[in-house]
Amino acid sequence: MNQRVTFRGWWLPILLIAPQVLVSAVFFYYPAGQAIWQSLFIPDPFGLSSRFVGLGNFEFLFSDKYYRASFLTTAVFSILVSLCSMIPALFLAVMADRLIKGSGVYRTMLIWPYAVAPAIAGVLWLFMFNTRVGIVSWYLGHLGYDWNHVLNGGEAMGLVVIASAWGRISYNFLFFLAALQAVPRSVIEAAAIDGARFWKRFWTIVLPLLSPIAFFLLVVNIVYSFFETFGVIHTITSGGPQQSTTVLVYKVFSDGFVGQDLGSSAAQSVVLLFVVGLLTIIQFKYIEKRVHY
Amino acid sequence: MAKDIHGMVEKRGSGLWLTHVFMILGVLIIFFPIWLAFVASTVTQPEIVKPPMPLWPGDQLWENYSKALFSGINVPVSTMLVNSFIMAISIAVGKIIISLLSAFAIVYFRFPGRNFFFWMIFLTLMLPVEVRIVPTYEVVASFGMLNSYGGLIFPLIASATATFLFRQFFLTIPDELAEASRVDGASPMRFFLDIVLPMSRTNIAALFVILFIYGWNQYLWPLLITTEPEMNTIVMGIKQMFPSGDDVAEWPVIMATSILAMIPPVIVVVSMQRLFIRGLVDSEK
Repeated sequence: MNQRVTFRGWWLPILLIAPQVLVSAVFFYYPAGQAIWQSLFIPDPFGLSSRFVGLGNFEFLFSDKYYRASFLTTAVFSILVSLCSMIPALFLAVMADRLIKGSGVYRTMLIWPYAVAPAIAGVLWLFMFNTRVGIVSWYLGHLGYDWNHVLNGGEAMGLVVIASAWGRISYNFLFFLAALQAVPRSVIEAAAIDGARFWKRFWTIVLPLLSPIAFFLLVVNIVYSFFETFGVIHTITSGGPQQSTTVLVYKVFSDGFVGQDLGSSAAQSVVLLFVVGLLTIIQFKYIEKRVHY
Repeated sequence: MAKDIHGMVEKRGSGLWLTHVFMILGVLIIFFPIWLAFVASTVTQPEIVKPPMPLWPGDQLWENYSKALFSGINVPVSTMLVNSFIMAISIAVGKIIISLLSAFAIVYFRFPGRNFFFWMIFLTLMLPVEVRIVPTYEVVASFGMLNSYGGLIFPLIASATATFLFRQFFLTIPDELAEASRVDGASPMRFFLDIVLPMSRTNIAALFVILFIYGWNQYLWPLLITTEPEMNTIVMGIKQMFPSGDDVAEWPVIMATSILAMIPPVIVVVSMQRLFIRGLVDSEK
């Protein structure tokens, strides 16, 4: 860190930093340590004692076909959420960027969903697709399509993906629009002089310039779909049907709190710890390289 | 000539109305779920359970909202709203205060363990509540903090992001200011209160918008910590309003609650749009 003017004394800074260090130690490091510790044991059914099993919980975990399926579910879910939120957002941002007047109004309208909690978004979409009263499922029924996300795993996945992606469109839109507005006018003008039409310019010049921000958003959206979509899944499907929408975070919750399988839940927490670590490293590696957007 | 080039690129002519059409279509599609929830909150239950439901608001707005607010289903929604406000504001204010203090300590002092503490705070980024739910729940339970505001707030209050942000900002404050106040014999806390804090106003406000929404929209943690309906927050309480068995949900009241749950964060985001966008961009850097 750079040389700076500093104040003397060491008890004051320790006092200043103490609240945060204390909260981090008690509610972050101790529980994380506990998770790692517990993942090495199997508690007896009465919770009175536990038996050391080493990596037994992990071996069991990865031989469990439901857990492996949950990995795949998470991967599919997070990729779909990222794509379903980034593509419409990019399209809308390109449109908004073309407008001189009125883009502010559209922006104000489009940022609303960001403020809507994932769990509330879940309720809104559940309402539209509810098998009994949902207006969309009713019209689908009239078109001859029998919508039932309670029984059909693919439809359940589709619904949680849309409900999760919906609020993210706002977020991605804001970042894409900022990036588009930062594209140098002169580059666009040069291409225009060469006779490149709007979409041609978009594909050959604008999109490549947007790729850093697109990659950044991809990572951020994947992190979002991993850790912040619990509310959507819990309100719409509760992980079902047949665990078809049970993502990793949902499984930690359902095994730990509903199933009371603490050893397995702790082992799953540790696996997630690695996943977050990996995603954070990717994010930082990228941010280091990012010059501007 | 320059004007002509400008004309070639600028957005005018035939394409413009099409652009507006796409934008309006986009806004309508994105807005539709909220509109539908609003309509559902203004009609009667029979109008909803016999699909298709109307697409235009009815005249039951007052009935549904007052029922939700003052009697609710498990607990009056007004109680949940109060809980949500307490939780969201405490988390936002708490995070800002402890982050300001620790960032100040890290930037303006050299003390034993400084680097260690910096990394310790920083690495909490890798420990979202979702990966440590069971043990964190046990810690909170052992403190007897289940069903309490403390239990709702403290485990979410440490924020590496905010600390990092303030640290970055403090590093841009000219050294001369600290030098001058040191020469004047001002104490570090005087310097903090008179110079650093006023200079950080915009950052604090931008961060507040983001953190308020973060706190308000929490779901998993309140779901675990609050088993008594009186302590429910509105975002997690909605799910509890659905009947468990085959009964039909009371949609108008549930939808009125959904609308009530989104009003505060929407007002914050829309009215403080500039700060919000700034906070968003800053906190992801």
